[in-house]
Amino acid sequence: MLVEITLIVTAAKLFFMPLYRSTDFEVHRNWLAVTNNRTIDQWYYDETSEWTLDYPPFFAWLEYGLSHIAKVFDPEMVKLENLNYASDMTVLFQRLSVIVLDFVFIYGTKSCSQLLNEGNLLVFILLVTNPGLLMVDHIHFQYNGFLFGILLLSISNMITSNFIATAFWFAVLLNFKHIFLYVAPVYVVYMLRAYCFTVSSNDGVHTPWYSFSLTNLIKLALTVISVFCLSFGPFIDQLPQVFSRLFPFKRGLCHAYWAPNFWALYNIADKILQKLCLKFGIPVAITEASMTGGLVQEFEHAVLPTITPSIAFAITAISMIPALIKLWHLGADRGYRCLSFVRCLTLCATCAFMFGWHVHEKAILMILIPLSFLSVLGDIDCNLFLFISVVGNYSLFPLLYPKNLLSIKIFILLTHIAIAFCYIPALYELIRIKPHKKRGFMILPGLKRFQSLYLYGFMAVCIYENSIHTFLGFDKTLPFLPLMITSVYCALGVCYFWFYYYYYFLTFNLSRVPTLMTSRSAQYEKKVT
Amino acid sequence: MGKRADPDKFTVTKEALLPGLFFALFLRWCVAAYPYSGYKKPPMYGDYEAQRHWQEITVQTQVSHWYRNTTQNDLQYWGLDYPPLTAYHSFLIGLVADWLDPESVRLFASRGYESDQHKTFMRWTVFLSDLYFYVTAALCICIDAERILGKYHSNVFKRTDIATTFFLLYPGLILIDHGHFQYNCVSLGLFLWASFFIIAIQNDTLATICFVLALNYKQMELYHALPFFIYLLRKCFMCVPNKGRFSHIIHRFNKLAIAVISTFIIIWYPLLNSWDDVFQVLHRLFPVKRGVFEDKVSNVWCSANVFIKLKYVYNNEEMIRMCFLCTIMAALPSCIDFFFRINRKKFVLCLINVSLAFFLFSYQVHEKSILLVAIPVVMHMPEDPFMCFWFLLVSTFSMLPLLLKDGLLIPFLCTSLIYLSFYSIILKLSNKDAGILSFLNADTVYKAANPMANHNSVILKLLSTNFFFSLQGMFWLGLGTLLVEPPPRYPDTFPLLISMYSCLHFIFFLVYFTHQQISLPTCLPIKIKVKKN
Repeated sequence: MLVEITLIVTAAKLFFMPLYRSTDFEVHRNWLAVTNNRTIDQWYYDETSEWTLDYPPFFAWLEYGLSHIAKVFDPEMVKLENLNYASDMTVLFQRLSVIVLDFVFIYGTKSCSQLLNEGNLLVFILLVTNPGLLMVDHIHFQYNGFLFGILLLSISNMITSNFIATAFWFAVLLNFKHIFLYVAPVYVVYMLRAYCFTVSSNDGVHTPWYSFSLTNLIKLALTVISVFCLSFGPFIDQLPQVFSRLFPFKRGLCHAYWAPNFWALYNIADKILQKLCLKFGIPVAITEASMTGGLVQEFEHAVLPTITPSIAFAITAISMIPALIKLWHLGADRGYRCLSFVRCLTLCATCAFMFGWHVHEKAILMILIPLSFLSVLGDIDCNLFLFISVVGNYSLFPLLYPKNLLSIKIFILLTHIAIAFCYIPALYELIRIKPHKKRGFMILPGLKRFQSLYLYGFMAVCIYENSIHTFLGFDKTLPFLPLMITSVYCALGVCYFWFYYYYYFLTFNLSRVPTLMTSRSAQYEKKVT
Repeated sequence: MGKRADPDKFTVTKEALLPGLFFALFLRWCVAAYPYSGYKKPPMYGDYEAQRHWQEITVQTQVSHWYRNTTQNDLQYWGLDYPPLTAYHSFLIGLVADWLDPESVRLFASRGYESDQHKTFMRWTVFLSDLYFYVTAALCICIDAERILGKYHSNVFKRTDIATTFFLLYPGLILIDHGHFQYNCVSLGLFLWASFFIIAIQNDTLATICFVLALNYKQMELYHALPFFIYLLRKCFMCVPNKGRFSHIIHRFNKLAIAVISTFIIIWYPLLNSWDDVFQVLHRLFPVKRGVFEDKVSNVWCSANVFIKLKYVYNNEEMIRMCFLCTIMAALPSCIDFFFRINRKKFVLCLINVSLAFFLFSYQVHEKSILLVAIPVVMHMPEDPFMCFWFLLVSTFSMLPLLLKDGLLIPFLCTSLIYLSFYSIILKLSNKDAGILSFLNADTVYKAANPMANHNSVILKLLSTNFFFSLQGMFWLGLGTLLVEPPPRYPDTFPLLISMYSCLHFIFFLVYFTHQQISLPTCLPIKIKVKKN
């Protein structure tokens, strides 16, 4: 069945080829040209286009490899001075390169879903039909698919306890795109606990220090360091330049379109307070530029304290620490700890998304993808996945703003969530001893009443955004209001998700029997009894 | 009778219904993102411009002028050539267009009006019409097919969710309606509703009304008229009580006649000022002068035209007579069989045969008319999946030259690939060991549809081999069309080859389906329960 589903999804991707594409298309075309025409020591210095190379070296190498194939399609494509060049062959080549590289994602998905006893096909379908990924990669144009494929490969290796392979794949991933640094602490903590401490205690609290294995640590370190050497080695002379490209701090707290995170709520609170203060005659600084204006990169809050990058990073780090400590303790149990790892991964991705500096809305995929895997492994994961998959994917809608894409966006999302809502809750119905009471009116399967109500709100948001707003004539005076409404409404959902999932993870107790097990944990159970 | 005895209580499989439905709708929008016929091709543009022009005419001129050549209505430029219901539909859409974007329906000034926004609007009108007429009818037919089977059937093709999705994924209709741009979904949807009333509910009056509506949307529905006529006529004479026999028949007949005539009158009333008007409309609907076929159609005349130039041998009059005779001859076996050995299962088969005969032999056929055959075949799918699937692939393939002209190559490939993969998934659902290529094997397919039946394995092997070679032929012909430059003397080589190749298939299918219909027994076999003592 996997082959057929892969074919169907690939066919759907082919459909998207001539559709709208964002400036990221030109970004990647430019990188093809830069890597092809410049010598290695010039890659990170070239400034012909405004879209300079700002991904780690492996990605540059990938573009270098692709550029040789690109020449066959259209030699004009790899010329540096051909800015904004988009011939039919260029489009075909670039789109095909994403589709072909996506087979890495499909392979990663397969290796992850194979580990499950039940619902493996379901997880496979959920992952490959992820509408966010399809929209971002195949319409908006980016190469996230194969990066997440590598992430899934490292997760599947972690579940089967191939720690060296995990370390290798994750290091490779980091050298493709450094955004994954946000979840690196989870890997570090978990590998330390599970691999470097060879003995596990039953109570899950005490860690026997004497069992620390230095050899294992050295093995891990060697793997990681060698990957990094391979990647950054050729650029050893120009490391400061490379790093200044990789970590630009000139950008603002929020992206042009506010990612639906804590800062979106913070900004809107600031706006409201500013309005209130003006009304009651309290003098405040009046900021001219609207924060959703798109072009403004840095701005000052009017009432609330202005956030600097260091504050944002401090909050992100602090918010992760409790989860990491909990992971350390949960890591003591051999049978179940790999699931705790994936949960913590999701949680830390959420923390980064919530409090990170200049977060892109696409980063929500970091939450959705591991969570789709978890959705068949516990009923609260299922509940939260159903919830966040609607919120997260909807929050990506503004990325594809042309009006004629609206129906494609809506139906791709509806197809995905219909699969999720029809099949995932049904898995838990089977194993429940007492059959569930009949669902109430208007309550979606697997969700609670207020969660369902919140999700119904998206219909209202969507209708307002696409028809009523223009109808009322606000599109001239308040052009960014719909974007703001979407991001704030989604931010409420993401915040709720973060609270609930954090609470669930911190209070997680091993005495709670896992509802559905991975094959590996099942094997372990057999060994014990 | 089983489940039908209690019509209010039935359960159907619906677990994959919503995902499948949404996916089918999603696919429609994917195709809709591509260009339509006549996209940026002045001065005549294509079907899209025709539809837009009709909105302009119907909104801006009086009803009585719609079908006439006046100073405001130039019939040479995409004059209305469909029956009044199409005109009303255009009028309705035109009113909305007038409200949203008056520029798009301004008289004369709007000719060749094209913009992204307008395209989105037009696509929405097709989508909503599709949803309202076609999707609902397909859903009802599929639900009914499973309902009468009861819970413990094993035909995976009759599971409501799968049948509906498969019904809606048929590439031909999606490509023509949402890509090329037409409103076939409306007439075909009404036709499906009429068939639904006959197959499922057996409400003959409603069926008549729906069919008359379909006929008044597109005159091409005449392809389906014979089976409806025979069925309804025959029903008048069936199971009549001996007492008052004559009056009973008259009563039934009158009911249908009143339904037909009143529907016709209501639809035509705004146009009926004089008999002359009616003739003018009829003249518009049946343009005799336009020749026996347009472009390259995969019917007999177009194929014969390669060897004998029909235009020089026969004049139009003779040609019409010959077409008429041949069509009747081809449709007759199926019609006679249906009249004398009536059986509700034969209804769909008779529809297939008659419409196929019309497609192959009648006068003034478009390549898109194959949809009129394809939809009954889609309905027949759960009974005979292997042959129907083959037919549907060929029917989509026969439209390839048209689709290429519109720039719909990628949608053609993708929808066909998706259709094939979905078919393969269905086979796998019923048989876990089925591989990705098992759809080539007729035996596996028939086992999935009906595990109990015994099929003749020699014939099945023969069919499988033929299917394989037929697919090969389609593949190489398609590849040739795309890559090989035809000799300059014969620029139409590949479209002609495609239409002849498809025509051969269609003749074979006509024979096959006629044979299938005749070999069905008169009455449905009644299962007799044997009491075990």
